[in-house]
Order: sequence, then C-alpha cells, then structure tokens
Amino acid sequence: MNSTMLQYDVVVIGGGPAGLAAAVKAREYGLNVLLLDENDYLGGILPQCIHPGFGIHYFREELTGPEFSHRFVQRVKDLKIDYFVKARVLEIKNYSDLEKIVVFTSPEGAFEVWTKAIIYATGARERHAFEIGIVGDRVAGIYTAGEAQTLMDIYGVMPGKEVVIVGSGDVGLIMARRFALEGAKVKAVIELMPYPGGLARNVMILRDFNIPLYLSHKVVEVRGKKRVEKVKVVKVDENLREIPGTEFWIECDTIIISAGLIPQVKLLTDIGVEIDPATGGPVVNDLLETTVPGIFVAGNSLLINDLVDYVAEQGELAAYGAKLFIENGGIPAEKWIKLEKGNNIRLAVPHYLSGKRDVYIYVRVKKPMENVVLNFPEIDKKIRLPVVRPAEMLRIRLRKEEIAKAKDKITIEVIQQ
Amino acid sequence: MKTKVAIIGGGIVGASIARVLSKYENLEVHLIEKEADVGWGVSKANTALIHGGYDDDPDKYPMRAKLCIKGNRLWHQWVKELEIPHIWNGALIVALKDEDFDELERLLERGQRNGVPEMRIIDREELFHLEPNVNPNALGALWVPIVGQIGSIPAVIAIVENAVANGVKVHLETEVRGIKVENGEVKGVETNNGFIEADIVINAAGLYADEISKIAGIDYFEIHPRKGEYWIFDEGIPGPNHVLFPTPTPISKGVVVTTEISGHLMIGPNAQDLPKDYKDDTSTTREGLEEVWQKAQEIWPNLPPRWKVIRTFAGLRPEPTGGDFIIKAEEEVQGFINVAGIRSPGLTSAPAIGYEVRDIIERDLGIKLKEKEKWNPYRKEITHFFMLQPNQINELVKKNPAYGRIVCRCNKVSEGDVLEAIERMKFIGVKTPSVDSVKFRTKATTGTCQGSFCKVVIINLLAREYGIPPWKVTLKGKGSEIGIGDVKVLLRGEAQ
Ligand SMILES: Cc1cc2nc3c(=O)[nH]c(=O)nc-3n(C[C@H](O)[C@H](O)[C@H](O)COP(=O)(O)OP(=O)(O)OC[C@H]3O[C@@H](n4cnc5c(N)ncnc54)[C@H](O)[C@@H]3O)c2cc1C
Repeated sequence: MNSTMLQYDVVVIGGGPAGLAAAVKAREYGLNVLLLDENDYLGGILPQCIHPGFGIHYFREELTGPEFSHRFVQRVKDLKIDYFVKARVLEIKNYSDLEKIVVFTSPEGAFEVWTKAIIYATGARERHAFEIGIVGDRVAGIYTAGEAQTLMDIYGVMPGKEVVIVGSGDVGLIMARRFALEGAKVKAVIELMPYPGGLARNVMILRDFNIPLYLSHKVVEVRGKKRVEKVKVVKVDENLREIPGTEFWIECDTIIISAGLIPQVKLLTDIGVEIDPATGGPVVNDLLETTVPGIFVAGNSLLINDLVDYVAEQGELAAYGAKLFIENGGIPAEKWIKLEKGNNIRLAVPHYLSGKRDVYIYVRVKKPMENVVLNFPEIDKKIRLPVVRPAEMLRIRLRKEEIAKAKDKITIEVIQQ
Repeated sequence: MKTKVAIIGGGIVGASIARVLSKYENLEVHLIEKEADVGWGVSKANTALIHGGYDDDPDKYPMRAKLCIKGNRLWHQWVKELEIPHIWNGALIVALKDEDFDELERLLERGQRNGVPEMRIIDREELFHLEPNVNPNALGALWVPIVGQIGSIPAVIAIVENAVANGVKVHLETEVRGIKVENGEVKGVETNNGFIEADIVINAAGLYADEISKIAGIDYFEIHPRKGEYWIFDEGIPGPNHVLFPTPTPISKGVVVTTEISGHLMIGPNAQDLPKDYKDDTSTTREGLEEVWQKAQEIWPNLPPRWKVIRTFAGLRPEPTGGDFIIKAEEEVQGFINVAGIRSPGLTSAPAIGYEVRDIIERDLGIKLKEKEKWNPYRKEITHFFMLQPNQINELVKKNPAYGRIVCRCNKVSEGDVLEAIERMKFIGVKTPSVDSVKFRTKATTGTCQGSFCKVVIINLLAREYGIPPWKVTLKGKGSEIGIGDVKVLLRGEAQ
C-alpha cells in the first residue's frame, strides 16, 4: 500500500467529548496522540446541541454544547495535539498487543498509522423509522432527531411547521422545545412506555410549551404524497401490545424519530471485539479496555450516556488505561471480578473489575421503582434510593477495598425496601 | 429528413427503447419523463432479477415468453457495455412437497420450449450443497443458472446516460397531458412544458400506459396496480448464495429470498391487487409485510430479528388486461406505438423490448433505419470509493481531495462520488436536485443508518452545486423539499 505511514502511541478515533477528553488526557500523560474525526469539525454532536445542560459535574457550571466542546477543542490546540477532521477510519488491524494499524482516508490522502493503543470513541447512531417498524409512505418530512438538530442548528434549515415527535427521551424532548421556540406547532410527543424516557427536567419542557404527551402509545404508520401529511397512532397495553380500536390520526408535516441510540461499533466487531447485547457496546474491564488488548472505548460507543460529564470522564479513564497499557506492555490483573446483573438491572458497565482501583460503575434499571435499595450482596454494600428510573443512568463508586472483598463476582440488584 | 420519435416514460422500458433507437442516423429521439429523474416509476422498486425465461407460458403470454429469454441474453451484453452492477448467481426454485416436483417438471419443459439453456432438476443432496441454510425439509429444486440480479435504477441511469451520449434528448419534469392526432396520424405530445413535435409516439408510461393510450384514442386495455412489498436487512447477515424461489402458484412467482447485489438479505414480494386508481400508492402495509415474512420463512427459516431490518418498501406491477405485454403499432393512430402492461418480467425483457420496437418501426411503420457510422456502445460507471484499492484512493485524492472525504459512513461513499453523481445528473438534464438522485447513483443513505448522518451533507453539496439554499433541495422531486425555509421563517411569518 502506498499510503503515507504515521506512528503514534495512541490513536483516538472520534472527536466528540469522549475522544476530546481522551486525547487531552493522553497528551497530558506525555503520550504522542493522534485524534481523528470524520466530521468537518471537532466536537462530535455537541456543536449542534445549542441548549444548556452540559458540564455541570465536569466544569461545575452550566454550559451549552458548543461552549463545552470549545473548551476541549481549545485544550487540543494548546497542547498541539495532532488531529485530522474529515478523516474516516476504514479499518483497524490488530497485529499484536502493542502493534496496531489504523487505516484512514481524508482529503489529505489515505494514511496508515502504526500505534500501540487505540481509544475508540465514535459515539452512537440513531434508530430510524424502519427499525421501529413504522410503515406507510416514504416521503419527505421524516427525520431522526439528530438529523433535524443538525439541519436547524448547524445549517439553519427549518424542517417543517407541524411536528409529531416519536419518543420522549431527552433528545426528543429537547427537539420539541427547539421546534416550539422557532414557532413550529409541536402537536404531540408519542411514547411507547407508560413513563417518559427523559430526565425530569426535560419532561418539564412539555408543560412549559403546552405540548401533549401520549404515554403507552405508538406511531405505526406515516401517510403523505410527497411530504408527510399525517401519522397513525395507537394505544398499547402493559405488554406493549396494540389495543385494537384505539387508532387515531394526527395531521402534521414533520415527524421526528427519537427512538434511542445504538453504539457505533462496526470497526470493532470487524476485528472480533466482544459486544454486550445489553449495552450494544463492547465488553470492557475497569480501564475500559475491550476484549482486544490495547483497544479502549469511551462515551456513547461504550454505552448510551445521558450526561456529557460521564462521557468525558470515560474518555479520561480510557486515556489512563492506554497509558498503563503502554507502560506495562499490557494491563496486568491476576484475576477479574465479574459484575453480574441481578433483579431489575438492565445494564451495568464495566463488566470486569480488578480490585486494584476504585471504579465508577454505570447502571441502568429495567423499570421504575420507588424506595429501593441497590444491593451488592457479595460485598455487603447497600445504597438506599428514593427512586430509580430507566431514563436516569446511575453512577456508583465502588472502592477497591470493597471490590477486593468479592471472590469472583459482584452482583448488583434492586430490591424493594 | 429525420423522423422525430417521442418516447413517453423514462423507466427501464423507455430508456431501453431510447438506447436502441439512438443507433440510427435518421431518428431524432426524445425521452419524456414526468418525474425529476429517470427510473422513479415501476423500475424503482422491484426484485431486480434478470429472470430465466422458464416461467411464462408461450401459449398464453407469447410476448412475455419470447422477450424474457431474449432480454436475459441481451443483459449479459448490456451490463458489460454499460458497466451496470450485476451478479449472475442463478436461481433455485425450491420444492418443499412431493407434489411440487410436478410443477418443477412443468417449468423445466416450458423453459426448454422457450429456449432456456442449462436448466435441470436437482435432488436434496445437491440443493443443500448449493444452499446449506435453505429449509431443512426441502426436497430438491429446479436449478436455473442463467438467472441474475442487477441494480435496477442504476441500470436505467446507465442506459439513459449512454442514450444521451448518443444524441437522445431527455425532457425531465415533463408530463404528457395530450397527444395530437390529425387525420389519424400522430403529430406530437402536449406537455406541461409545451408541445413536442413527433412523427412517432411510443407509449412506455408504465402504470399510466392505459391513460396515455386513452388520450391517443385507443382504449381496449386497462392497467391495474398489483402491489409487492419487501424487507431489506442490515449488512453482515448471511443470506443465500442464489436467488431462492418457492414453487410458483398459478397467480404468483412467490416470495423470493435473495442476497441483493449490494450484499443485503432481501425478502419479497407478495402480490396484492389494488383498485385501478391507486397507481401512486407505494405505501408499505403491515399485513403485506407480515405475509412476506411468513412466506419467506417457509424457504429460509432463520430470518434475522426484526430490529435488523433497515428498510421496507413496496412496488406496483402494471397488470394489463389479458396479462401479456402489449407491444404494437396501433393501426387506428398512425405512428402511435403502445408498449404497455410491462409487468414482470419487464426489467428482464427491457432490452429485447427495445429491439422489438425497432422492428415495429421498420416493419409496421415502414421506416428504413440507417445505422450511425459512429455509435458508442460504452458508458463508464461512476467512481465508487468502496470499490477502490488503497493506491487508487491516493492517486484520486491527489487529483481531487473530495475523494478522500467520506460522506456516507455505512457504504463508504466519498464526496467525490457525490460530486460526480451531481455532474451526471446535470448531464442527463436533472433540474431539481434531490437526495434520491444521489442515492441511486452512489448508494449513499442506503446503509445501516439510512442516511441519518450523510443526508445533511449531501443536501449541502446539492445546494452548493445547484446554487440554491439547502432547504430547497428535495428528497424526491418538487413537493418533497427538505425544509420550509431558514430557521426563523415561522417567526417572521414567511412560511407558505
Ligand atoms: C414488485 C415488483 C417486482 C418486480 N420484479 C421484477 C423482476 O425481478 N424482474 C423483472 O424482470 N421485472 C420485475 N418487475 C417488473 C419490472 O419492474 C417492470 O416491468 C418494469 O420496471 C417496467 O418498466 P417501465 O419502464 O415500463 O415502467 P416505469 O418504470 O414505471 O416507467 C414509466 C415511466 O413513465 C413515466 N410517466 C408516466 N406517465 C407519464 C406522462 N404522462 N408523462 C411523462 N411521463 C410519464 C413514469 O413517471 C415512469 O417513470 C417487478 C415489478 C414489481 C412492481
């Protein structure tokens, strides 16, 4: 291959908050870092998130998405980290633990980078109308939330004026407000589950703007000639089965699909990285190393996060992992303690703990419960919580002394008080 | 003096006729299409098979029986000349019951009568050798090696590009609304863009061919739409190595299970007759899609989970009265040629239909055709980044950096590919830029994420190259604009 050869300690793939934080931290550790992103600009999805709510934990002040990413991008520049934008990684080759090749293409040409470690932070993609089983006409006016956000907030395009939003997660709710603020009529937010999917503060938006929320409802069909004209909605029972006779139509010219995110891990699965079906992201240890040694993962390609602060934290941890990996020629641990999912736990990351360091574990429950205890039976740890909701990811610190009490596994479960 | 020819309909049939007629010095050929681009009618949504020619009964449907096998043979040549994406992987018509072999015998015999080479019935052992994951209860199959698959809209585009290179004039967004007939002779067609003079009018209007025929004064047939629906699955899901059919019934060839040319597992179609005035109803339905799913499972039991679906779509077959293709010069109206009711296997037959029409012009209209001295049979396929070798990428990027920039992540389509697509859109006369025009030329937006990342980038490239604001770019022609104005348009009270 006659593409240009480069050599680095760490290649960070993805220039969103996870990748930016990872690149900055790795550079601060003295590593030689290359950062790659396929967009025109660094920042990932943050530059299009012009609402506040970013950085409350990380910077201890409330920033917008562009402000948050700007601070990191400035650090990247100050630290003179090498980066490419418009650079698409085509392939990762894993020669040996300390020899990996990242093949990418960019307007400057095709490159091969030899590297010791990789931090993979490519974020997520959105589920689209076909994946959630919507039938009918394939016409203009159907957008994923992120697509509509990019159109409006990066390119200044107003998609439509009468909007139905499918899904009440944070992204859907924020887009409901975004449309309302620009003068569009948001006719409804339709949510399949019996409870809203977003953070409580975002659910407030609906009241502020007088937007109807239909819980336990589902959009099943779109009709229109050239552009969306109406959508068919139906009520569902506790088992999410449609209730016959409850169908009704809502007239609108725009549908925003905000039905969840899926980690983008294609390049990793191509080289055999093990995926956790619960998160859609890789199986990792407490340094966020995947099942292929020397490949670390952070942010929404690890698991879908609700706060950018956690994403940045994961990026920094992955950078620390990469540093240890390079210094020691691998991540040492005599045995790994498995984090097991018990009652009402949908997902828990990381999957393996060493007991050598404190860790934050990220957990999501399956269904809402009140007055509960988060129980870790093997290590006698209990945390009381007034409420747990699927929409809110729990972040729990386990100290290394606590972890060390376990033999081979730690179960996490939710029990009613 | 040149004979002026107006072909109504820029689908696979109209395009093929235009290409064949572009060979002749003494014809001036106009291809007229109401949509913003070619190939958006029936030719857009179908199974994209180049059929074997064993299926059509030569007694009941002589045109279909004759043109299908001829078309199959011509496609082997056309895909090479025009660099159309294709695969010749053969078909297996699977028997699940003992009685099915009777039908397979009938098909074999009919195929032999139609001149289909190399067909034979294979036993269970050979079937599982060819197709290990077919229903374990399958008993055998009819093996038809000459069956293949192509990109059906890419084929229309390729043919039209070649026709234009050979002098054919394309009129897009031009809808034929009247046909001028004087003293029993055609004089031309009235359109929303004015009158187009013609000595010969060829009606290749797909689903609307009955209406066009009627306005020319000929109404002995009707066309009704028969819907077929499909599922397409994400990449990486193993599909069959061949085109798999169930044993056909008298009404339908049945639901096909295949790995289509871009490597995705695809199942479909069913067959549902719609009322006559539902000619633009290409909506998918839950009942139809469920039916397809059930039937596909009968030959391919290990279908992936539903969330692995990346797209569903529906197409409408133009079913004519009588069931056979109607291809003839109408005697009551001199110069008017119907090419109507081109239902399946119309894609397969299209090149042969082109030559059939040429013969009609010579034989029935008595025009002596004179071949051009220089006619160019070749057309180069657009650059596809995903097909390039690394050294080719570097050479190309050196010349034009746009080829190094990936726009569609899932299918690795570069900005260079998209710019080339836009150039080719302009070459055939596309005036209203649409995402679909780029999609059909490059495959951008057809992957796992269905364009949620790249659509916006493509919209901006189209806006720049066509010199319009991004919101005026369309998804699929006028009326499907991607926006209503810039972000403040509603607040300023300017939305239409
Ligand atoms: C579900 C399905 C599966 C199929 N599978 C196969 C297969 O596997 N193999 C196969 O060989 N065949 C198959 N077919 C059949 C094949 O697709 C058709 O025979 C073929 O595409 C017909 O092409 P056409 O050019 O006649 O029609 P079209 O592609 O519809 O072209 C007609 C054009 O005329 C234009 N038009 C109409 N009215 C006017 C007007 N007034 N003025 C200007 N323009 C006008 C339309 O916009 C359209 O573009 C299938 C069809 C369907 C629906």
